[in-house]
Amino acid sequence: MADEIRTTTCYMCACRCGVRVHLKDGRIRYIDGNPAHPVNRGVICGKGAAGIMKQESPAKLAKPLLRTGPRGSNEFREIEWDEALALAADWLGQVRRTDPKRLAFFTGRDQSQALTGWWAEQFGTPNYAAHGGFCSVNMAAAGLYTIGGSFWEFGEADFERTKLFVMFGVAEDHGSNPIKLGLARLKANGARFVSVNPVRTGYSAIADQWIGLRPGTDGLFIGALIGELLRADRIDFEFLARYTNAPWLVIDAPGTADHGLFARNAEGRPLLWDGVRNEVVDAHVAGTSPRLAGDVVLDDGRRARPAFALMAERFLASEYLPEAAAAACGIAPDVIRGLAAEMARVAFEETITLDVPWTDWAGRRHDKMVGRPVSFHAMRGISAHSNGFHTCRALHVLQMVLGTIDCPGGFRYKPPFPKPVPPPPRPGGRVGEVRPGEKLAGGPPLGFVQGPADLLVDAAGTPLRIDKAYSWEAPIAAHGLMHHVIRNAWAADPYPIEVLFLFMANMSWNSAMNIGETLQMLTDRDPESGEYRIPKIIYADAFASEMVAYADLVLPDTTYLERHDSISLLDRPISDPDGPADSIRRPVLPLDRDVRPFQTVLLDLGVRLGLPGLVRDDGSALYPGGFPDYMVNHQRRPGIGMLAGWRGPNGDQHGVGAPNPAQLEAYIANGCFWHQKFPESARFFKHANRDYLEIAARMGYIATPDPVIMQIYAEPLQRFRLAAEGFGPVQPPDAERERIRRFFDPLPIWYAPLEGEALSPDDYPMAAITQRPMIMYHAWDSQNAWQRQILGENRLYLARSTGERLGIAEDDWIWVESHKGRIKGQVRLMEGCNPETLWTWNAVGKRAGAWGLDPAAPEARRGVLLNHLISDLLPDGRRGNCDPVTGQAAWYDLRVRIRRCEADEAGVSAPQYPALKPLPHAKPRPGILSYGAWFRRRRENA
Amino acid sequence: MTSLPSTTTGVALGLAIDLDSCVGCHACAVACKEWNSGGHAAPLTDLDPYGAAPNGVWFNRIHSYEAGEGGDGLTVHFPRSCLHCAEPACVTVCPTGASYKRGEDGIVLVDESMCIGCKLCSWACPYGAREFDQAEGVMKKCTLCVDRIYNENLPEAERIPACVSVCPTKSRHFGDFNDPDSSVSRLTAGRGGYDLMPEMGYRPTNKYLPPRRQAPVAGALPPVEAEPAPASGFLRWLDRILSR
Repeated sequence: MADEIRTTTCYMCACRCGVRVHLKDGRIRYIDGNPAHPVNRGVICGKGAAGIMKQESPAKLAKPLLRTGPRGSNEFREIEWDEALALAADWLGQVRRTDPKRLAFFTGRDQSQALTGWWAEQFGTPNYAAHGGFCSVNMAAAGLYTIGGSFWEFGEADFERTKLFVMFGVAEDHGSNPIKLGLARLKANGARFVSVNPVRTGYSAIADQWIGLRPGTDGLFIGALIGELLRADRIDFEFLARYTNAPWLVIDAPGTADHGLFARNAEGRPLLWDGVRNEVVDAHVAGTSPRLAGDVVLDDGRRARPAFALMAERFLASEYLPEAAAAACGIAPDVIRGLAAEMARVAFEETITLDVPWTDWAGRRHDKMVGRPVSFHAMRGISAHSNGFHTCRALHVLQMVLGTIDCPGGFRYKPPFPKPVPPPPRPGGRVGEVRPGEKLAGGPPLGFVQGPADLLVDAAGTPLRIDKAYSWEAPIAAHGLMHHVIRNAWAADPYPIEVLFLFMANMSWNSAMNIGETLQMLTDRDPESGEYRIPKIIYADAFASEMVAYADLVLPDTTYLERHDSISLLDRPISDPDGPADSIRRPVLPLDRDVRPFQTVLLDLGVRLGLPGLVRDDGSALYPGGFPDYMVNHQRRPGIGMLAGWRGPNGDQHGVGAPNPAQLEAYIANGCFWHQKFPESARFFKHANRDYLEIAARMGYIATPDPVIMQIYAEPLQRFRLAAEGFGPVQPPDAERERIRRFFDPLPIWYAPLEGEALSPDDYPMAAITQRPMIMYHAWDSQNAWQRQILGENRLYLARSTGERLGIAEDDWIWVESHKGRIKGQVRLMEGCNPETLWTWNAVGKRAGAWGLDPAAPEARRGVLLNHLISDLLPDGRRGNCDPVTGQAAWYDLRVRIRRCEADEAGVSAPQYPALKPLPHAKPRPGILSYGAWFRRRRENA
Repeated sequence: MTSLPSTTTGVALGLAIDLDSCVGCHACAVACKEWNSGGHAAPLTDLDPYGAAPNGVWFNRIHSYEAGEGGDGLTVHFPRSCLHCAEPACVTVCPTGASYKRGEDGIVLVDESMCIGCKLCSWACPYGAREFDQAEGVMKKCTLCVDRIYNENLPEAERIPACVSVCPTKSRHFGDFNDPDSSVSRLTAGRGGYDLMPEMGYRPTNKYLPPRRQAPVAGALPPVEAEPAPASGFLRWLDRILSR
């Protein structure tokens, strides 16, 4: 048995479960889930339980590295930390003194954005983002511009009470254990589970109904469901009138500067048409009697219509009729009709009533909480398409039409959400806001634009950020566009950079679109100067990933069992719908090599650079204890820091309070997490619940306790469209006008994914997508001896009928060709696959020699990546392969054709790159791993 | 050859595994590997762990199958481990007595000190549940976490097999199948739990609960008005006075 149990927070994926590390004489005996933890309630997944092998991995970096050979050669020499940090500070200091935007600082699947984003702001560069732009920014942005929240960290289904749960697309990604626990509740309760996904694996396998539609058609499918509900009046009209902008009047004056904007009174407040008083009144006032249809003439003589009527007109259009939509989705029309009928039946005939009184935002008392038990979940599957923003918006409109937001049995917000729609911070970095030697002015690097005036473009419309986020190419780029950084930096478009600083982002391999060209850009030199076009690359990671080979300076990080982290409400919260939560990691094992926690390294660099907020007047460090010191003592605003629990001098304040020197001890005593439950009266209808709103304002989640009004009609999009039509002072370049006009529809629209639109279906007749394997997702730990035994190579999966039609048999090797390139892999045929779709598991293929593996590892020899096929540009070679609204990378738009390999081509996947050489410190790979033998010997000798 | 116990308490500990909710996440397989790597049968050796053909000892493996055709078919995730049979051929074929079935609870175990690595047991097991540790030269297998379920150093709630304690979809249940009132017996009776390959006659203790699927809903919503033109909808909505 263990002689010590140390709690901490898992980091084998982004789920952030509470774990207990059981130690025997300082060695890990086993890791299990913390039963008291709100995220995982005692369970642990296959990745989490494999954490031991992450610690054992021979791929761990051991010392800072300085490149000695050409980029990509993997030739380095080991250097001391003093030299590494002095060099980094020298490079970064020169940039900051001259032009801070010449630092591009991008982080991968990390969970320290509350620090890294703040650090970039202090440095003064606008060129910062995490990986959201190529992950699920469509989901997040659409949610924040529609309901003030979204799925996963923002909210989740009320799994305890829901009776119909509909999951769209790949979902085995975010919220791993909470969703599995939720599916168990559904099954135990006899609730119906419908999965909409081209592939029937993972969660879809246990769904009562699998709807295998064509990739990228979800928005049309959702629109058709909305149309069915509208035609039958199976609409929660009261919900729409009370909690959404459905009754707000939209000006109908085509060809004028205000067309499509909300009619507002002199104070700028939106208006609605009161049907009892028969007059236009302030839409924010309680006690009105809104109309949802009809034309009204405003005082100034202009006509206006309620937003609801415009929305209804959209989804009553013929393209959303079941027959038309079903044909495009590749399903039967009765599937749409049946699901719409079931949604309506459950929502309106199986309502749930909780005998919990509550008070609404206007002070009106309600003696019950009534819920409509239909709920949804979606994530990357609908997000990673070029039509993803509108598809995600359509899903939220469906939720609103059914009245299933933050009610019993429906979707529930997790604090600090809901936020005002959209949330208030605007991105910093406008003209004049980037200044040598100074902090970024105007706001943090990432924020939410309300219209063209907030864009980061110059007077000519040229982007101000290296990734072109918040430019006319991607106006609502809430999470930045990491997938464009390397190309733009290489092309000096819109300007050259000096230092590319990446953390935990495998941008030369499975996080890159278009790997072949990306490697060329990383290694390309200016023929005149002989210098690399991307002059300096600093990379921080814990493992010998493919990206290490392309760095000039490598800063080795610790593992998650060796460092402090904060899982902060300022970042990506782990709250549940009943109340806020945050947590910490703390070292449970001593360091056995010369590596340092990245966050402490970042603070150290900040001190060397003299960044505001990190140094005292005399230049000494404000947080000499490194990141744990910052976690406790840094205040973002007075009383608000990284951790919300046990604040104040006595540690008895929660949410807001002065720093508490004993805060980390309090977390550790509580299992490394803090969780507070709201009173019952504040747990539902948070968008309009006075008890909740007052708590939220007190805790700093929202500025004032005003209700959050959900937006079926997104006025910020219309502001962009008006600009494209020539109105307003901030004008797009002419080349962008048509695109902005087309895609910035204030109501959800559906259009075919853009890569497919640009290619002939005869040339590329199939879609290609990935699914997320639960044993690997977000860890991609091929260096993990246990995980790789479960998934060390990946097949290319096809519907059996498709294989038969094309003469492709099980185990055949095939070429898959896109407009960008081709890959080769081995086939498996299956029944549960849309016949026009090829799929594989994500990120299994590795480059030979990477991750401490034998170059002959199956990951390298038989593993495949679709990334080689996916272009970062559309087939025209100019525009990004992105959602035009947010810039989200359109991974799932990929179109391909396939053919059987020649017999002599079979056996090895393609492409094959030269094997990476071992790093200087690389340990020999053990031929046998007998982990645990020591425990038995010790037991038997005791 | 080895005899089955002559006296038993009748207790038949085992697992009820719910194929209706298993999503194939491998949590049980890895938790099993993790616990047992340092447990009763430690180590669970991994050969060539970072090489071309990694191959380790796993007491619990997950397979995925499809049944039926096209959209009407099923994808089934199927966890496979020792079924602790009432008539285990793996025991009766053992030439040394290393394989044995316990009289007190029905668990099938291997006494490694007597195992000669002849592998007869793995040939006899139709379920493929035996795992030969090549490095150690002995046969290993699921112990039903015999070093957890009676372990008084663990809180009582945790005295269950590791695979059961971690399952995120609550698809694994542990108990005494000899007791008709146990949760596993009731689950098995209520859900039509079944024996794997009963025709072999080994009378496995573990039971599998079959997948259930609610039939898709047919039918359609009746439109309020026969004429689907938008204008008519707007007229009927115009008169609807709501309250905010």
